[in-house]
Amino acid sequence: MKRNKILPQAITLLFIVLIFGFFTMNAQVNMENRGIEFGFGFLKQEASFDIQFSLINYDGSHSYARAYLVGLLNTLLVAFIGIILATLLGIVVGVARLSPNYLIKKTAAFYVEFFRNIPLLLQIFFWYFAALRALPMPEDANLLLGSSFMTIKGLYTPAPVWENFDIFLITLILALILIFFVKKYAKKKQEEDGKQFPMFIISLSIFIGLPLLTFFAGGFDLSFSFPELKQLAKTSYTFEGGVGIPPELTALTLALTLYTATFIAENVRAGIQGIGKGQKEAAASIGLTPAQVLKLVIMPQALRIIIPPTTNQYLNLTKNSSLAAAIAYPDLVLVFAGTAMMQTGRAIEIVAITMATYLSISLAISLLMNWYNKRIAIKEK
Amino acid sequence: MKKTFKNLFSLVAMFAMLFALSSEVMAAKKSKTLKNTQKKGFVRCGVSQGLPGFSNADASGNWTGLDVDVCRAVAAAVLGDSGKVKFTPLSAKERFTALTSGEIDILSRNTTWTLSRDADIGLTFVGVNFYDGQGFMVRKDSGMTSVNDFKNGISACTNIGTTTELNMRDFFTSRGISYEPVAFEKADEVVAAYDAGRCDTYTTDKSGLAAQRTKMKDPTAHIVLPETISKEPLGPVVRQGDSVWEDLVRWSLYVMIEAEEYGITSANADSMKTSENPQIKRLVGAEGELGAAFGLDNEWSLRIIKQVGNYGESYKRNIADTGILPDRGPNQLWTKGGILYVAPAR
Repeated sequence: MKRNKILPQAITLLFIVLIFGFFTMNAQVNMENRGIEFGFGFLKQEASFDIQFSLINYDGSHSYARAYLVGLLNTLLVAFIGIILATLLGIVVGVARLSPNYLIKKTAAFYVEFFRNIPLLLQIFFWYFAALRALPMPEDANLLLGSSFMTIKGLYTPAPVWENFDIFLITLILALILIFFVKKYAKKKQEEDGKQFPMFIISLSIFIGLPLLTFFAGGFDLSFSFPELKQLAKTSYTFEGGVGIPPELTALTLALTLYTATFIAENVRAGIQGIGKGQKEAAASIGLTPAQVLKLVIMPQALRIIIPPTTNQYLNLTKNSSLAAAIAYPDLVLVFAGTAMMQTGRAIEIVAITMATYLSISLAISLLMNWYNKRIAIKEK
Repeated sequence: MKKTFKNLFSLVAMFAMLFALSSEVMAAKKSKTLKNTQKKGFVRCGVSQGLPGFSNADASGNWTGLDVDVCRAVAAAVLGDSGKVKFTPLSAKERFTALTSGEIDILSRNTTWTLSRDADIGLTFVGVNFYDGQGFMVRKDSGMTSVNDFKNGISACTNIGTTTELNMRDFFTSRGISYEPVAFEKADEVVAAYDAGRCDTYTTDKSGLAAQRTKMKDPTAHIVLPETISKEPLGPVVRQGDSVWEDLVRWSLYVMIEAEEYGITSANADSMKTSENPQIKRLVGAEGELGAAFGLDNEWSLRIIKQVGNYGESYKRNIADTGILPDRGPNQLWTKGGILYVAPAR
């Protein structure tokens, strides 16, 4: 590099370093004046507060570090479910917006315009408090799908109690491997003599059939723990046993999904519309069905347009999940940057950790999506 | 001779100037917060986001409450006008950071005095303006009349970032009751969720329960259980490291309590100047030099009593007359069977 190019850059760098240095020193001096010590030792201390909903074993006798992990996993859970549901809904709505059917087209358009133009926090409040008002008390709850209950205190479903869970898991993995090979064989066969396999039905039957087979072979070792109504006081009830999904999680997931799906739907629409009409007509002219046209010709090309902006939406959804604090879903912000920060008073340390965590999650999602984007990109020769 | 005189004069003038300068420097050194407050012309006070009786804003943005009155007292003492306060509503989570970072100078927000808060995070508690304890609220028709009626699986709504969350765990764990904590960031959401039936019980300080009950759809449908599960001495907090400011806030509160003890009210404060009792005279600034310790004039305490009133007046106006807690309980003067006992202002 030439010298006249290095100098301005060096000055910029120096400037940035100086600013950071100034802020750090300032913070240090202020903290010293007020008798606050910087350090991460508090993470090992007993947290002494309980958390409503946890994926791992936790109670107040565990450390702050463990409470952090609980919050992190809850954030990842809601982000994971939200991303999957928003993607599915987004694709459906995006395709529906291009439907020749007037009613479907307009309904999809209305949904998109409505949900993406209302602030997310308001939507979260709406789903939470509207749901709370609308849902029945536990004692009035009706059966849902045979053995579940939807109540103001949460969704209670039977919990499977696996006796031979590992065997089930192994057969599931085996089924996936089998499907992979069948698919490979089907492709080869098609290339050889042009015959097509009904891949979807075969895959599905393998996926369901193989684990089912082990059930019959190994006997039914699966049992369920059913939620049962329990009286707490004269007019106060709850459910015991089964899996209880708190209404906070349901409301948050619902709000995040409905909100983010509108943006993904627009991405999908843009992607499909970005493919020339000639492509579709050419595909149809060689005898592909409309479903095949979409799957084999349009989508592979449209994905290149869809993926990059959708990655942004995944990141947004993950970051927006921090609004959970408003409705008591114990995510990273509520548990760690909320309760833990309050109890320890370690504002700088905890905010730094929380920021680093969100940054890491976002970078991980970006990395994954960029890898996928590269994989489906046009390979120019 | 004339020259010597002139020299002497200039020497005296120089000393006088030096003295004036140094005393000003001293006062400035004494309390940066006090100096800044006088320069700005208002007291920066952190309060709650709306707790009737303690700190609550009406429709036109006027703040009232027992906690608010502490800040008003400081404003009356320092600036001569109890109205010169800038209130910053803070959530439980934000409050300490707002104080330590210098965004506010007094935190008067029903804050519990604990060891870790006092010693560990750069704060200093100056006193107690309300003795409280944590309790439970339940729906009347649930039939629960005592915490002994709590059963496994009970769900409890509360705020995050408070001692409440910790006490709740201590209580349920020591009794071996499994429970579901549902913790919100803002009190309004806690009330809304409990009111909707999300939780079987709502737990916070008893004063808070009484105050929040007034916000519910049907306040008479809920009762506060008789048990108190913790000690919650609530009081104003200042930043660590400015002992003059700390003393000033402390004694502004103490003056209000002591004024009640000696029967000085906002109405009779002026006439008390001619009292026979020297302690009364000191409190209304007719005797002694109490203000000098803070670098204030001698009528600072008189202004507090005249503009804000004594503690009893403040309690009556904010908490008793609003129907939140008509009975003063422990927040009665020590001479009348309560535990309000403050060091003498002399």
